[in-house]
Amino acid sequence: MAVSTESIQKNIKGKTTETSIDEKKIVYDTKNLNLWYGEDQALRDINLKIAENEVTAIIGPSGCGKSTYLKTLNRMVELIPVVRTSGEILYRGKNIFDKSYKVEALRTNVGMVFQKPNPFPKSIYDNIAYGPRVHGIRDKKILDEIVEKSLRGAAIWNEVKDRLKENAYGMSGGQQQRLCIARCLAIEPDVILMDEPTSALDPISTLKVEELIQQLKKDYSIIIVTHNMQQAARISDKTAFFLSGEVIEFSETSKMFSNPEKKETEDYITGRFG
Amino acid sequence: MDNEQNRDLKVREMIQQNKQNVSLNSVTEKLMPRFLFVVAIISIITTIGIVITLLTETVHFFRDVSFAEFFTGTELSPLGSDAEFGILPLVTGTIISSTIAMFVAIPIGLMSAIFLSEYASEGVRRTLKPLLEVLAGIPTIVYGFFAFTFVTPLLRTIIPGLEPTNILSPGLVMGVMIIPMIASLSEDAMSSVPNAMREGALALGATKLETTWRVVIPAAMSGIVASFVLGISRAIGETMIVTIASGSSKNFTFDVTQSMQTMTAYIVEVTGGEAPAGSTLYYSLYAVAMTLFVFTLIMNLIAQYISKRFREGY
Repeated sequence: MAVSTESIQKNIKGKTTETSIDEKKIVYDTKNLNLWYGEDQALRDINLKIAENEVTAIIGPSGCGKSTYLKTLNRMVELIPVVRTSGEILYRGKNIFDKSYKVEALRTNVGMVFQKPNPFPKSIYDNIAYGPRVHGIRDKKILDEIVEKSLRGAAIWNEVKDRLKENAYGMSGGQQQRLCIARCLAIEPDVILMDEPTSALDPISTLKVEELIQQLKKDYSIIIVTHNMQQAARISDKTAFFLSGEVIEFSETSKMFSNPEKKETEDYITGRFG
Repeated sequence: MDNEQNRDLKVREMIQQNKQNVSLNSVTEKLMPRFLFVVAIISIITTIGIVITLLTETVHFFRDVSFAEFFTGTELSPLGSDAEFGILPLVTGTIISSTIAMFVAIPIGLMSAIFLSEYASEGVRRTLKPLLEVLAGIPTIVYGFFAFTFVTPLLRTIIPGLEPTNILSPGLVMGVMIIPMIASLSEDAMSSVPNAMREGALALGATKLETTWRVVIPAAMSGIVASFVLGISRAIGETMIVTIASGSSKNFTFDVTQSMQTMTAYIVEVTGGEAPAGSTLYYSLYAVAMTLFVFTLIMNLIAQYISKRFREGY
């Protein structure tokens, strides 16, 4: 699974200077994060700084902790009762593990798109309007606007505008996933977490979602877990490589795929294991 | 190696041999579906049989008593020379006792289900649910006895005007009896809502309660409504509790402190009282039973309509 360096070289063209992390605003600053499922340690001493308005890809073999890390960022991981954590994750400077930090407030700012599309068994309209309604927006006209804007934002408006009242389960898998992205956009989050969002989709739907991610980058910071290294190379600005619960390497995507620092990274991205 | 190959050969031969007995196999294959079909329609045939019996005997009844008298009469005194056969006292008795029961069973049952499905830890759920279901295993005669000897005296200390037999007490106890049914069926419906839906809502910043109320319950609505309707049908058909604790006064009233008779309790009373076959009293049993049957039929039709309307397929 070697990634062609040519395409990556093309990608870096135009970027004359490499912007260092410090110059950009930091959204997430993870400090010495450890996480256990019962007795099994899933994350070890994670230190990562994630920048604003970038796409950060997290790659690594199955079971390396990449999805766990992603779910820790909006504390969804706590739905599993046996989870314990230590260390800090600062979101916009505040530790999300603080007792005073309301998890609902965090998740309102940090949207999530799941591996399998999970629309609610409601109409397309109600799926999008769910988030705004939960947060107290009831005005029909405003909701109409939000629904249209979100669906346009997720590049699916033209496909569904005539059947907003139909059940979301009548859509194809790829449409459902873009609907879930639209649902996420409807509450205008700051960060969008994506957990292998295209792994259940066909190549054409995947392409559409990837194009969408590129557009969304302008307004949102995106963190995406992916199994697909070409995808990471195509769409991300920075890539973190996880292995056995540790961050092995974290750098500019172009650098990681052309000139990885660590032996493990090279082995993984050239397909020698994983 | 040789051995293994030999065994291989034997298997093939055995299969070949068995293939020659195909004729017997194909007969069973052909007959089995027919046999299963016959078994499957037994319950349908029984239902049809019951309906036909009810209908023919009910026709006899309406030769003696007019439709108008039966369905609009507020007086029911089946014995004596000037017998009156108005079913309204029984209908109100049935509706009132069932309504009281559902006022108890629906909120408590649904809230128990929400707790068990959404909030209780695995351990708590595993202990509580079987305990709750034990309630469903108590014979109704025990509930009736409980209503008569415990609940009524207790209620009388609070409501002094309460008669020794009244509709309130059996209504409440019937509600308690139905709680496990509604709780258990609603819990099943809510637990089978995929976790991905809860995650979807939680990830949008919804609280646990908002997730339960606006995603899980709507998604489970058809199962929940079905449990309500089954509960209502159960209350309408319940016999022992009302027979024991509500007495046999055929009052046409809406006062729950008084004794009232339900349709089921009437059937118990009349069948126990040696009604001579062929008498109007005897046929009145069928007319009441037919009315009861229509009641539950309507409930079931409503249930089907509602669960179709509220269906949120996932």
